[in-house]
Order: sequence, then C-alpha cells, then structure tokens
Amino acid sequence: MFPANRRRMQKLAESLSKTSKHFNKHEIECLIKHFHTLLEETIEKQGTTGIDRNAFRNILHTIFGMTDDMIMDRVFRAFDRDNDGFVNVTEWVAGLCVFLRGSLEEKMKYCFDVYDLNADGFISREEMFHMLKNSLLKQPSEEDPDEGIKDLVDITLKKMDHDHDGKLSFADYEMSVREEALLLEAFGPCLPESKRHLEFEAQVFKDPHDL
Amino acid sequence: MPRIRGWLCLSLILQEDPGIRAVMPSQVQVDLLADPMGVALTRAAQWTTAGFGAGTLELTPLNESLLKDIVKFVESFGTKYPQEAEFVFKESLQWPTTLEPSEFEAGYVVSGTTVKSEENSKDGEPLLFLSGSDIRVSSFGQLSRLLHFAKDKKLKEAQACLEANRDPIMKILGAAAQGIVEKEEDDLTAIRFLDKMKKDENYENNLKTKISLLLQQLDMNLLDSSLKNISLETRLSPASIKNDVDLLKRFSGEGEQTVLESINYTSDFEFANGCRAPPWRQMQGEICYLTVKPHDCDFIYLTCSTAGVFVNGGIESDTEEINYERCSEIYKDLVSILREKSAKFSENISKQQHSFFGTKKKEKKKKRPPVIEAEEIPNLPQTSAVSQKSPSVKRRMVRKLEPSLKWTSSVTPQEKQDSIKESQEEKSLPTTTDKTKSIISTTSTGRSHSLTGKSSIKVEDLISESSSESEEEDEQPDRHQEGQTDLPSEYWQIQKLVKYLKGGNQTATVIALCSMRDFNLSQETCQLAIRDVGGLEVLINLLETDDVKCKIGSLKILKEISHNPQIRRTIVDLGGLPIMVDILDSPDKNLKCLAAETIANVAKFKRARRTVRQHGGIKKLVELLDYAQSKTDPVHHHSMYEIKDVEVARCGALALWSCSKSHANKEAIRKAGGIPRLARLLKSPHQNMLIPVVGTLQECASEEHYRASIKAERIIESLVKNLSSENEVLQEHCAMAIYQCAEDEETRDLVRQHGGLKPLASLLNNTDNKKRLAAVTGAIWKCAISKENVTKFREFRTIETLVGLLTDQPEEVLVNVVGALGECCQEPENRAIIRRCGGIQPLVNLLVGTNQALLVNVTKAVGACAAEPESMTIIDRLDGVRLLWSLLKNPHPDVKASAAWALCPCIENAKDAGEMVRSFVGGLELVVNLLKSENKEVLASVCAAITNIAKDQENLAVITDHGVVPLLSKLANTNNDKLRRHLAEAISRCCMWGRNRIAFGEHKAVAPLVRYLKSKDTDVHRATAQALYQLSEDANNCITMHENGAVKLLLDMVGSPDEVLQEAAAGCIANIRRLALATEKARYS
Repeated sequence: MFPANRRRMQKLAESLSKTSKHFNKHEIECLIKHFHTLLEETIEKQGTTGIDRNAFRNILHTIFGMTDDMIMDRVFRAFDRDNDGFVNVTEWVAGLCVFLRGSLEEKMKYCFDVYDLNADGFISREEMFHMLKNSLLKQPSEEDPDEGIKDLVDITLKKMDHDHDGKLSFADYEMSVREEALLLEAFGPCLPESKRHLEFEAQVFKDPHDL
Repeated sequence: MPRIRGWLCLSLILQEDPGIRAVMPSQVQVDLLADPMGVALTRAAQWTTAGFGAGTLELTPLNESLLKDIVKFVESFGTKYPQEAEFVFKESLQWPTTLEPSEFEAGYVVSGTTVKSEENSKDGEPLLFLSGSDIRVSSFGQLSRLLHFAKDKKLKEAQACLEANRDPIMKILGAAAQGIVEKEEDDLTAIRFLDKMKKDENYENNLKTKISLLLQQLDMNLLDSSLKNISLETRLSPASIKNDVDLLKRFSGEGEQTVLESINYTSDFEFANGCRAPPWRQMQGEICYLTVKPHDCDFIYLTCSTAGVFVNGGIESDTEEINYERCSEIYKDLVSILREKSAKFSENISKQQHSFFGTKKKEKKKKRPPVIEAEEIPNLPQTSAVSQKSPSVKRRMVRKLEPSLKWTSSVTPQEKQDSIKESQEEKSLPTTTDKTKSIISTTSTGRSHSLTGKSSIKVEDLISESSSESEEEDEQPDRHQEGQTDLPSEYWQIQKLVKYLKGGNQTATVIALCSMRDFNLSQETCQLAIRDVGGLEVLINLLETDDVKCKIGSLKILKEISHNPQIRRTIVDLGGLPIMVDILDSPDKNLKCLAAETIANVAKFKRARRTVRQHGGIKKLVELLDYAQSKTDPVHHHSMYEIKDVEVARCGALALWSCSKSHANKEAIRKAGGIPRLARLLKSPHQNMLIPVVGTLQECASEEHYRASIKAERIIESLVKNLSSENEVLQEHCAMAIYQCAEDEETRDLVRQHGGLKPLASLLNNTDNKKRLAAVTGAIWKCAISKENVTKFREFRTIETLVGLLTDQPEEVLVNVVGALGECCQEPENRAIIRRCGGIQPLVNLLVGTNQALLVNVTKAVGACAAEPESMTIIDRLDGVRLLWSLLKNPHPDVKASAAWALCPCIENAKDAGEMVRSFVGGLELVVNLLKSENKEVLASVCAAITNIAKDQENLAVITDHGVVPLLSKLANTNNDKLRRHLAEAISRCCMWGRNRIAFGEHKAVAPLVRYLKSKDTDVHRATAQALYQLSEDANNCITMHENGAVKLLLDMVGSPDEVLQEAAAGCIANIRRLALATEKARYS
C-alpha cells in the first residue's frame, strides 16, 4: 500500500473509531484493509468506491453463508444507508458493527429493518408471506400450495402480534424477541451464523504482530 | 330399544334379569340390542360390516361352531319333527346359492338352470325353487333336505342363508310375531309371548308354537356354549374391585410418590356377596361406591359395577345420599378411570412401573395386543368392537399364564429421591433385587389369602386382570389418543406444527418450535400428542442439524415434555440421549444448559442412565462443573457471561444428580474427577446451584469411596454450613448427606468439630416439613453413635425434643427418632432423661408396629432403657416385656434378634423375673425353638436371653424339658466369636440343672468349647472358661477336655489379668487334676 493511502486509511480509522461502538482502532484498520481487498477482488472497473449489490450478495453468501436472495437484498439495503447502490467503506464498518457485534437492541432494530420490506414501520401480513413463501417444502398433494404459508403467517401473527392489529410493529417484535430470543431472526437468517462469524473475525482481525 | 325386532324373547329375559345380566359381559348385551336376530344367532353375528342385508359373517372359530350347531339342528329337523317340518314359512328364505341343479336328487323337477320341489304349498307354490344361483326355500323339511344335498358345502349354504336373511325368525313365523315383541318389549317374557300365541286366533296353529319353542331351545343351547366362551373374559367382580381398592390404598397417602391422596368406600358395610351397594342398586349390577381424592384434582365419586367403573353424581350435600346417576363413560376398571381423571395418578403409577417396563420393554412390545374393549365404547360400530373379540380372548388366556408383576414392580421405587428413605424403607419396601423376590412371594401369598374360599376361576381372572392392566398402562394413553374420535383441538394444532417442522426450512422450523412452546407442555395431552404425531422423532432429528436455533428450540420443548415418563422412554428408544450428550460439547452455552437439563429429566430411569454413561456423558457433565469457576478476581461484578457459566455448571450438576442414582454412574462420576469439583461448587454462593450439588453428593455418599473422598475434600464443613441455609430443600439434602456419611466415626467427629450438631438440633423444632425432619433426625441418629456427640446433644436438650417427636410422626421420621434415642440410651444419664420426660410409654407403644426398621430401633431403645431398674418398672407395668417377647415371632431376623437382645436387660432387671417369664404362655418353648434359626445374630441374642432366663431354676428346668441342651450343643461348632461367647455363657448357666452337664458331654459340646480357648477374643475366653469349669464337674467331660488339650490352654488363662477368667480357668484345672488324682489313687489302691 502506498504511504499516502496508508496515511489516509489511518486517518479514516481514527475518525471511524470515534463513532464505532464495538470496534477498536486496530479492528477498524483491519476492516478497512479487508474492504479494499474485497473491492479489488470483486470490482472489475476501477475507480468505484463501494461494493455494488451483486458483489455484496456474493460476499454475504461466500463469507457468511447466506442463501436467501431476498433477505440478502434487504441486508444490502440496510448496509447501504445513503441508498446510492454501493456500500462504501464507512457503511461497511458501520454495518458490520451491528452485524457482528451489535447488542440485542441494535440487532433487533437491524433485523426489523431488514424484514420491513416497504420501510413503513410495520411487518405486514403480506411482507411475512413474501419472506416465508419458500420456507415450506411444497407438498404435491396439497391443493393450495400457499395454504401452509398462510397458516404459518397466522401462527406467527398469533405468536408475535401482541396488539392484535394484524401486523407487527417494532414494539410487537421487540416484545416477542425479549420473550423468546429465537424469534430475532423470525423471518429468515440475516445475521451471520456463529461459526462463520468466528471464522470471519479470526481471519480479518489477525494480530497486528503477525502481519 | 328401537332396533329390537324379531325373536327376542331370550335377550329380553336377559335384560330383565339383573342376575343374568351380571354374568353377561355388556358386550353381549350390546350385541343383543343391536342385532335383530335371536340371541344365539347374535353370537354368530360377528359380521364384518354393520347394517342389514349386506353383511357377511366372519370366519371365526366361534362363528363356525355356531353355524355347525345350526346346521345340525336344521338337518335333523326333518327326521325329528316330521310334522313341524312341513310347516310353510310365512315368507320364503331366499339367498344366492352355489348349489348346482344337478346336485338335486329325487323329489325335484330339474329343468335347465331351474329346480322346483315336487312338494308344494297350499297355494301351489313349490317349497323350494332354484333359478340360476338364486334359491328360495319355505319349509324346514326342504331346508334339511337341501343341506343334505349340499354335503360339504353345508356350512357355506347356511352362512349364505343367514347372511341374506338377517331376520330368519320373522320370515319363518311372520311379522305378526314380531309385532308383539315390539309392542310388549317392556315386559315381555318368552312365556307370555307363547301364551299370547296360544290365545291368539292367528296362532292357533300348534305347529307354530312348537317351532318357536324348538328354535328357542336351539337358541338356549347356542347361548350356553357362547356364554361359556365369553365367561372366560374379565368381568368386574366384588372380589376384583376389593383387590384393586386394597392395593391402591396401600399406595395412597400423603407425599409426592403416592398414587392417590385417599381412596375410600362410602359404606363400611359389606354384604355377604362382597357388594357394598344397597340391595336395590345391586339389582343394577352395582358393587360399591368409592370416594377418591387424587393429588391434582378434587374428590371423585365412583360407582363400581359389573359393567365397569364410572363417575356418579357424588354425595348430595343435604341428604348425604349418593346420586347414582352416571356422569361419565364406563371404564373397564378402576385404574383406567383414575388414569384418565388424574394425570398425577397415571404419572406416579407408571413411574412405579418403570423399573419393570424399562427392562421388559422389548418382550412387551411383541406381546401387547391392542385390546379394545367393547364395554368401554358401547357406541362404537359393532365391527371394530367385535372383530377384536376372539383374538383378545385368546390373548387373555395366554396372559393368564404370566405372573402379575404389576404391583410387585410398583413397590420397587425406581425414582428414589432421597436415599434416606431408601435405607428406611429397606425393611418395608424392597430396594434391591433379591429383596424384590421376597416381596413377590409375600404379595402373592397376600393375594391368595384374600381369595381364600373363592373359586379358582376367580383367581385366574384376577391375575389376568392385573396383568392386562399393567400392559394396558403401557398402552393406555395410545388408546385414549386414538380410540376416541373427539381428540382435543391441541392434538390437531400440534400435528400441524409437526408437519411444518418436518417440511420447513430453518425459519419455518423456528417459528413452529416457538409456537409449539405456547402450548401447555406440562399437560399430558400435549406431551402425548407430540409423541403420537411423530414429533419426537423430528425434535430429536433437529438436534443433529447444524442450526443452533433449531437445536435450542427443540431442546426447550424436549426439556419440558421429558417430565413425562412415557416421553422419556420414547426419547431413549429413539436414541436421543447420545445426541444430547454430544451437544454438551457445543461451544454454545445455552445449548449446553438445555442439553444437560434435558438429560437430567430423561435420566430418571436405569436404562437412560446407563446410556448416558456409555456415551461418555458423565465425563462431559462433570466437565461442565468447571464453568462456574470464576476466572476473574472475585471483586469482578457478575457479568452476563458469568451468570451463564454458573447456569452451565448448575445444569451439569442437575444432570449428574439424576445420573447419580445408578451405582455405576457414581463410580463414573468419581473417576471423572467429580468430587473435587462438587466440593468446590459447594462453596459457591449460588443457592440454586447448591441443591443439585448436595443432592448428587448425598446420592453418592452411599458409596464407601465417596465417603472417604467427602472427608478428604472437606465437604462436611460445607454441608454443615449449609444446614443453616434458608432453603429447606437444601437443608434437607445436607442433613441427608450427613446421615449417609456419619456411619463413619471420623465424619461424626468432623460434624461436631464444625459445629454441625447445634443446627441439626435446632432444625428439630420445625416439624412441618416431614421430609426434612426425616433427614435431620436421620443425621442426628447417626451422629449420636459417637459419645461426644451425645454429650453435645444432651447440652442442646435434644433428647427431650426427640422424645416429643415419638408421637404423631410418619414412620420414616419415627425410625430415625427412635434410632437416635436408642443411641443416646447407651448412657445411663440419658436413660434417666428419657424416663423423666415420659419417653418410655410412647416407645413401648411403638412395639406394636409393623415397620421392620422401626421395630429394630424400638426394641433396641426399649432394651437400653430396661437396663435401668426404674425404667424397667415402667416397661413392666406397660406390659412391654410381653410385647418384646411376641416380637420373637416376627418373620424378620433383625427384629427377632433385636427383641431377644432387649429381653436380656428386661429379665435381668425385672422384679420377680422368673415369675414374669413363666407367665408368658409358650414363651419359653418359643425361645428354645429359636435356637434352630440360621441367623447368627438371632442365635447369639437368643443364647443371651437363655442365659438370663436360666438364672431362675424353675425356668431352667422348663427349658431343659424343651430340649435346650441338644440345641445348644448343636451350635457349638461355630466360628463366630459373638455367638461363641453367648453360647458358652448359656451353656455354663444351663449346667446348673439336673444332669445337664452330663448331657452336654453326651451331645459332644465339650470338645468344640475347648477350641474356643484358641479364639482371640478375651470375652470368649472368659465365657468358655466358666462353661468348662461348670462342665468339669462331670468326670467324662474332664476326660474329653484333657484329650483335647484344654489343660495347657487353661494354664495360660490362669495368668490372665481378668480375675473371673483366672478363677474359672483355675477351677476347671483343679477339677481335671482332682479327677486325675482320684484315678491314680484308684489304680494304686
């Protein structure tokens, strides 16, 4: 890396570490470095400063083992805060902060945003249906293949919709998750598996002396 | 009874007469009501489908024999009753036949495919008409000829005929006959029916009457033979009900382990026939009424009738009369209805079966037939009820050959929570396998006792009944899930969720798992629903996936439902335990906790515990205990992680606690290094951690190795500390652990040195928690074996408190209290205390009990008290000696021995002891005969008693007459020093009468006695020397002694510091010497 780049990076790390809750400066430096490696690997045309949707999905899949396209799209949207179609380095660090180390509150907020497809503050019956539609094995014997999904949505609402308005508000969601932590990722995995998570951290945050 | 048609006289008689009804299984009644034919044909009516016309008869052995009977009847009809045979049926019987026209012989006109009989009715119609495969017959004569032609197809034809004509009687005699039946069905009897026919103009025909009589006779015969078959089946009888109630009573009472709180008859009066119901209700087949109080619901009022058991309307509060109205379905016996009504009952009763079913599972599986009792489900279509019938009859016969193990297994408490109980119950309840055998024999004798005077068939019935019950308990929940059409709504919802578990990805699975947890999983319906829809397989399968969330969700459910004993067994059968053991290695602490907790629940029976061990589970669980070590300094505040770690260790301890109930597991825990870890955890500040830890230790303390380690690891100190805890359960387990460990003297001293006696003493003041009281008194008992501890206890005025506990306490407490007093009594000072605070009377009162352990302790305590003359006076006044004496007849050798020991001080200290002993009629003979016992302790104690009895000359004379000398002589060849000593004392006493000295010599008792002098025990030496001294008064004995080298041995004894020994040895030598001198003198003079 050129010294200029290096200096720039340290400066960036300096500033980011002031805002980042869960990473220290060294870790942020590592993440920035890793980001650039990813950028070089995945972007054909030089000059862009961010990872685009496809590349991001690719990263989620290969590094964090996610498979659901729709959820991955939503994760991208959650990372890409300025909605410019690219995840830049700041967004990357901020996103990973919650993604890897977030507190329960942060994770709930993040997951809810992922699941709230139209960002209206509620997870509606339709959104649930959309997210769960591939979750059941299609039984050829069943007349209406969507019957099971609808039923599953009903079950979920019965379990989580505490104010009985037919949709999940953040309050509903939060209450349910606090009751039963398993419901954090109720509508599909949007956080890394613990095994992949550990692997990623081990790989990225190598001891500075080893470098 | 709308379905009654046709010729039903018999069935109506049966319904009218409760006597007959009582002997008839209600299934037959159902058949009678349901079928339009006569009774006998009804028995034949094991139709494959219900309904009319289309039904076909099943080919069962019973059907076949009935058909044969019918065929025989019809065949011989033509020859036996020629007149009646000509009677033309009102309507011809018509059925599809397999007979060919060519098979018809003379008397028939055959043309192509049609056959006509030459015999015609009045109207000119042929009495038999065959066209194609359709045949019509309208007289018995023709029928019998037809069967004659049919030859080997007889049965087939008869069957086809009956199938096609489900109402033959109506066709034969006409609808009018049936009309009468219908009109008069309420009070009609056969006689009246026939009277009617006679009077009636339409039935002037004698023939018809005769035919109907004949048919009736046939019906009767058939019915008889069917009844013979049916009567083999189980019916509730007063005896069987009584038996059930008595058995349930034995397992009822307060406490967690019992099956019921109480079960009682409403009436104490029992009629001669064994019924308790008033006579007018007995007419309805009712036997008695019960009031049952299960643990988990209100009183249930039951009616036991011959048809089964049902809930009645209860006792009217104002009139105190029973509302006889039936308010539930009829269950086939008491146990099934209680299982249905009380979950606790079914849990406890199956719990008590575990040990048995756990091991016998495999055999069971092969054998258990789906016994669906028609009695229970009268509104079920006939087919399902009846078609099961004959196989089940057969199976019952087979089952009769099996011994009934149900109750024997139930008295083997598998799930012993507290080993204090275990040791206390040893005398009353078998805890080891060899003891189980003895109880089997006692229960079986008990059973035959209760049956004395009843027919042997009833014995069979009872045995088959209880064994079928035991099978049924395994089977029963299946039935109530599948047998009933109206399953609870939870069942269907759970089934749906399980479907999503099977067919969903992890997201759907997690949702389904979370939703499933919203059901009340502690309810048996839900637990069994999960099992029955195949949910357990899926849940266990999920444990093998990689997804942590699915595993957590699944374990959370398994943890809840594994409280159910049946679920536990299924989990083990499905191989769930090894998977859970593997999960213990998972890095996720949540998972570790859940897996350990589930293992704790599942490992409640032997096979499960073995599985855990065999898959290396014990080692992993022991390693979990390491988690609670705080790696950081103690100042560090309890972070989230640390709480989780403590939880991991707690769950590990919980699972170890469950596992530690197996002997091999205790060893495995020790080998895996569990003791130091448990000791460390014992110092933990977390109270909920302490209970499983102390529980495990207490469980394991039954092993010698553990007690040594417990001492070494300074665990006693912690146990003592926790005695002062706030938590009663913890106190209980600590006391119990001390009870276990205090067998060892050093441990007793440790308890005292750590100040454990005071908290133990003060815990005595709270007597509400009986379990804890039992544990505490147990600990005090064992600690009181050390004198120093007794001194302490006296300081704390514990003895007074213990005396106060002698009344109104459960047996497990009493055993310990009396045991403790017995230890305290070893010191004279304490005896006085007991006497002063009125302890003698309650102690003597306890002598009439039946609990063996209690009797052993009571006799010991009474005996110790009797050492003091003042107390002895009280005991004598209360007739305590007679009670002790009668305990010599107790079947248990420990009680016998203990009673005999106790008698010694009594005889020694009683005023006028000789007279007192003589006053017990047959008492002396009893004592002498106990010398035939096999038990060394009994023999030693009886010898001691005889020594005391023989102090009275008159009594000595009596026992001599009872042959005490040969019996004592026979015992002489023993190696047991205790017995030797008391035997020698008894012999020396008995020498004082008549020619007993010579008799001992004749019975060769002298030579073995000489050998006693080589024993290492000085007590034996003293007693033997005295005996030899007495014996040496006889010349022949002297010779024997001399020959056996007694002189040299005795010479050594003369140098003993023990004066009594010295004197006796010297006396003996003197006698021998004197004889030698006399002989010499005689020779030379």
